[in-house]
Parts: sequence; C-alpha cells; structure tokens
Amino acid sequence: MGKTLFDKIWDSHVVKTIDDGPNVLYIDRHFIHEVTSPQAFGGIKARGGKVARPSQVIATPDHNIPTVNQHLTIQDELSRHQVETLKKNCEENGITMYGLNHPYNGIVHVVGPELGITQPGMTIVCGDSHTSTHGAFGSIAFGIGTSEVEMALATQCIMQPKPKSMRINIEGELGKGVTSKDIILYIISKLSTGGGTGYFVEFAGSAIRSLSMEARMTVCNMSIEMGARGGMIAPDETTFEYIKGREQAPKGEAWDKAVAYWKSLVTDADAKFDKELTFDGADIEPMITYGTNPGMGAKVCENIPTLESIEDSSQGSFQKSMEYMGFAAGDKLEGKQVDYVFVGSCTNGRIEDLRAFCEAVKGKQKAESVTAWIVPGSKQVEKQAIEEGLKEQLEAAGFELRQPGCSACLAMNDDKIPAGKYAVATSNRNFEGRQGPGSRTMLASPLTAAAAAVTGVVTDPRTIFNL
Amino acid sequence: MPIDKFVTVQTSFVPMPIENVDTDQIIPARFLKATTKDGFGDNLFYDWRYEKDGSPKADFVLNNPAYSGTVLVAGKNFGSGSSREHAAWAIAGYGFKAVVSSFFADIFRGNSLNNGVLPVQVSEAFLAGLFKAVDADNKAEVKIDLENQTITNVSTGESEGFEINSYKKNCLMNGYDDIDYLLSLSEEIEAYEAQAVKF
Repeated sequence: MGKTLFDKIWDSHVVKTIDDGPNVLYIDRHFIHEVTSPQAFGGIKARGGKVARPSQVIATPDHNIPTVNQHLTIQDELSRHQVETLKKNCEENGITMYGLNHPYNGIVHVVGPELGITQPGMTIVCGDSHTSTHGAFGSIAFGIGTSEVEMALATQCIMQPKPKSMRINIEGELGKGVTSKDIILYIISKLSTGGGTGYFVEFAGSAIRSLSMEARMTVCNMSIEMGARGGMIAPDETTFEYIKGREQAPKGEAWDKAVAYWKSLVTDADAKFDKELTFDGADIEPMITYGTNPGMGAKVCENIPTLESIEDSSQGSFQKSMEYMGFAAGDKLEGKQVDYVFVGSCTNGRIEDLRAFCEAVKGKQKAESVTAWIVPGSKQVEKQAIEEGLKEQLEAAGFELRQPGCSACLAMNDDKIPAGKYAVATSNRNFEGRQGPGSRTMLASPLTAAAAAVTGVVTDPRTIFNL
Repeated sequence: MPIDKFVTVQTSFVPMPIENVDTDQIIPARFLKATTKDGFGDNLFYDWRYEKDGSPKADFVLNNPAYSGTVLVAGKNFGSGSSREHAAWAIAGYGFKAVVSSFFADIFRGNSLNNGVLPVQVSEAFLAGLFKAVDADNKAEVKIDLENQTITNVSTGESEGFEINSYKKNCLMNGYDDIDYLLSLSEEIEAYEAQAVKF
C-alpha cells in the first residue's frame, strides 16, 4: 500500500519507536519566541546542559512587542523583561535572533517562510499552536508545549505519538469574494473545534491547488482550530517558485537536488487515510464567526443558528456564548455593529492580505465609528507594503499601517479591544477575552474585514465591492 | 528533573459542566509574561474567577466553598486552543492532580502529562453521571487508579477504564520525565543525523 505525504515525512524522521508509547521524532527546524521559551532555557540551565543544535533554532520576539514606536524601549516592564530574556538566552547559546527593529523581525510564522527557512519535507516545531502554518510547504509542522521546547532545545528531538491521518479535499472553483480564510472557517464550522483532534490533516483538491502560498498558509495556520495536530499541503510548482531565491533556500546544484526530492513528497495514489472528507468549493461563501470558538462560524449572508438546531447537550454552552457576544440565536449577521477592525496576525498578516484589503477600500473611506489596526506580519511585509504604495493607499482611505507583531490577535501588548466592543478580526481565535478582557471577536477574511471597516457593520463584501 | 509521582486519588471534585473550555480561559494571555513556572495557579480561570477589581466572582465554582478536591471535572473538548503549557502549570499550580472530561485537545493532553497532571478521558454517560452525583451531593467523590487505569464514581460505584500509553503511565507512576530519556539517546540521534536527507 502506498504512503501518505504525512507518513513519508514522519517515518523518515523517527529516531526510535517506543512500544505502546510515543515516537522519538527528529526536528529539522525549531522556531522560538519570547513567551514559551524562557522556562525551557531555565530547565536546560538547571540540568547543567546546553542547546544541542543551535544552528537549527531560529528566534524572533513577536507576541509582546508594541506595534507603534518600536524604536523606543518596550514600555511594559514584564514584556520588556521577557524579550530581553530571549535575547540573553539566544546570545548565551549561539542562536540566531531577529530582534526588535531587525529587518527580519516579525511574527515567527511569517518570518520562517519569507526567509526560506521553511522547506518541504522538514519537521518543524515551535512553542506556538499556529506552527501548523508551515505545513503549507509540505512540511510536518506543529505547536508544542514548553516541556517539548526544552526537549527540542536539549536534544533536537521530541516525543510524539503518531497522529491519525485525514485528508480534506476542496474541489471546484471558488466564487467571487471567497478567500482561503473563508475556506478554513467553512471547514471548521463543519467539523467543529474538536473534529480534527487526534489527526494530522492534508488539504488537497483543485481549489487548494489553485491557492497562492500566502493563501495556503492561512488554511494550514487554522488547522489547530479544528483540533488537528497540524495541516499540510503537498509541495508543487507554486511552492518551489515561492521558495526559490529566498535567503536560506538551497542554491545552485543543491536547489536542483532539493526540488527533485521535494517532488517525491506527494501522497501515493493508493495510500489510505483514516478519514477523508470532500467539500464543494462552490458551496463556500464569505464567512464570519458569531460565537466564542472558531467552529461557531456562518456565511456572512446567513443568520446565527437557532437554539433548536443545536444539540441538546451543547445548548448551555451555546447560550453562554451568545450571552457573552450580546447576540441572540437566529439573529441576522449582516448589519451587526462593528467597533474595531484588526487586520494582521500569522493567519492574515502577509503582503497578499494587505493588498487585498487595500484594493477593496480603494476609493472608499473608513467608517468614522470604526477604529482600525492594520498590522503587517513582519518587517519585510511592512517594507514591501511601503514600497508598493499600500501605506499611502491606506492613509488616503483613513487607515494607518502599524508596525509588525502579533498585536491584537492575543492582546499581550497594548493593542487590546475594550470590554464589550465588537471587533472583526482577520486573526484566528474568537475565544472570550482573547483580544482583551471582555472583547467580542468576529473572525473573517481581510476582504470581509474591509467591508466592515468602511461600513461600520458586518457586511458581505460581495455587496459593496467590485470583485 | 523528576515530576511528582501520580498515586491513586480519591477525592471530592470541582465540577465545570462547560464545553470547549479553551486555554485562553484557563490562563488568559496577559498572564503569560513570566519567565518561571511559578504562580500560575493564582491566575487559573482568571476572567471567570475574578471581577475587574480583583474580587472573587461569587458564582464561579472555584469561589464556592461547597466544592473542593484535587480533581477538575469538565465538559467535552477541554483545553482547546493555544499550545501554552502555562495552562497546565496553572492547573497543577492550583493543586489539581487530574482533569476528567469526555474529550481533550491534543496539545493540552500532552502538556498535562508532562507536568504530572493526569487527563482522564471518560464516556459522555460517565461524565454525566459525575455531574449528577455532585449535583445531589457536593462532596461526592471520584477515585482515579492509574495503575489499573480505572475511574470510579464513588457515589454510584460505577467504574470505567481509561486509556494511557504504557510509556507515559510508567513516567507518571515513577515521576520520570521525557528529557532525561531523550538525553540518554544521544548516540541514536547522531546516527539518525548521519543518514538524514541533505542537500
């Protein structure tokens, strides 16, 4: 029987199999940031050990950093201490760090791909659940806890039970105004936040193949939101084209060798998955979430589900969620008030996302009632946005381009949505308080965010933009 | 670095019949700025547990003296969301030795095991039975026997088996941690590296 893409990469990275236990899995690249690494370095120090393979570890502070005035010291004392601790740990252990104001600084899952560090066939981990982003390149990439960060630092290996395999096919053409964010919000709304738990997902099908690398990253990024260990897409010409020439991409003869190997990284025709699902791309429309987990999503043009349509055992949790959001079951989504718009994060903070937002708002103005934060995913994205004139376009439409970082996605810095306010966000989580205590988040694509930003209410982008 | 050994527990328990309790509820992001593992228990479930001024919310279960014990019993899909191990540190720091639910998110399950907190996955019916028992008597007890991999609703005598791989079970029962084990494999790791694909 043939092997899946996942099996090919996983099996080639197993150092040791423990009977009725996890596999010892070798890690090719380990990304670290300031929030989930200090206790891991502390653990290594306490054991009197050292970082095993510093050249395979890449650091960038992102979660805590401000998105204005980055040339000044970080004002929040705890955030500053955490970022300085990362710097110190990297210096002591010979790890490359792209610190604040470095031209390569940015969100770890934006930085890895844009520098060509992320490549097909690799195993990649980071103490961050959205590490699944890197799976868009045909790598096995997933988030780990700090104990595992310590394992990876100390030995370049972690212990993992091999997950089950799932393939999700999206076939056919996508409609106008439908983006990769809508694809993944649609899938999660069908599977729920636990539907992928225990599985590693391969996304396939003609609609997936038609996506750019940026768009593929958005899909894989949110695999974790359906509980999956990670998501991946087989590498193809789109992938090779994206990687070629990037700073850490293989060059010359090594490039040809690499591409020859990468081309073998596909699921064999006769391989079997533990679970396989197929959706029709034509059924996907612009999506938005209405509740307090990413599975609570609907088409923008639809209503919030009625209470009767929810399973009995889940009705209590559904009502708790509606109460938090200030919504009622059955409410129409279009026309709901929007106070804040956040464009950014490892989900939708790439150049293509900023371009889509800019193109949509061109010739229009930000609604006065809306506060908008447009946050590039990295310094390189910021630079490119300025060079392409996107910053000016944004300013002409009443928006401001901030500096890169995780920002309001999880509100560890000052970018907090106030209690009770509604935000349409291009990030990945709408949990209670995620964007600040009491904040109410509706997740959507950059296009749907643009529609909300210019109207001040939830709006189907197809009704106001020429798409 | 040894972790606490897990021994059989029999205790009253704290019921939280809410589904999809995510890691942002277990420990909100603004409390992740520490550089040590200490003190997270104080901020466990912070936004559900405290008012804006820091006073305890009377209607939250951890603030209700009627409920206590070293086991948390929660609705399905517990621990979804972020990979933050701070969630496991908060649960361990508060003093919980085990979490019982009908479904756990993968990363949370792994993080818990790495901190000596046992995730016990039970059937929906068994979970409902525990909630029913604690409704009738807030000092109702649960017994978790790791060696035999069984959990018992002490009020009804009903028992159920739970799964854990024998490697992790051995680690928990003996207080071993994965890092010591991995460090012992340095020769195997070097041998792996010598044959790995390179270009």
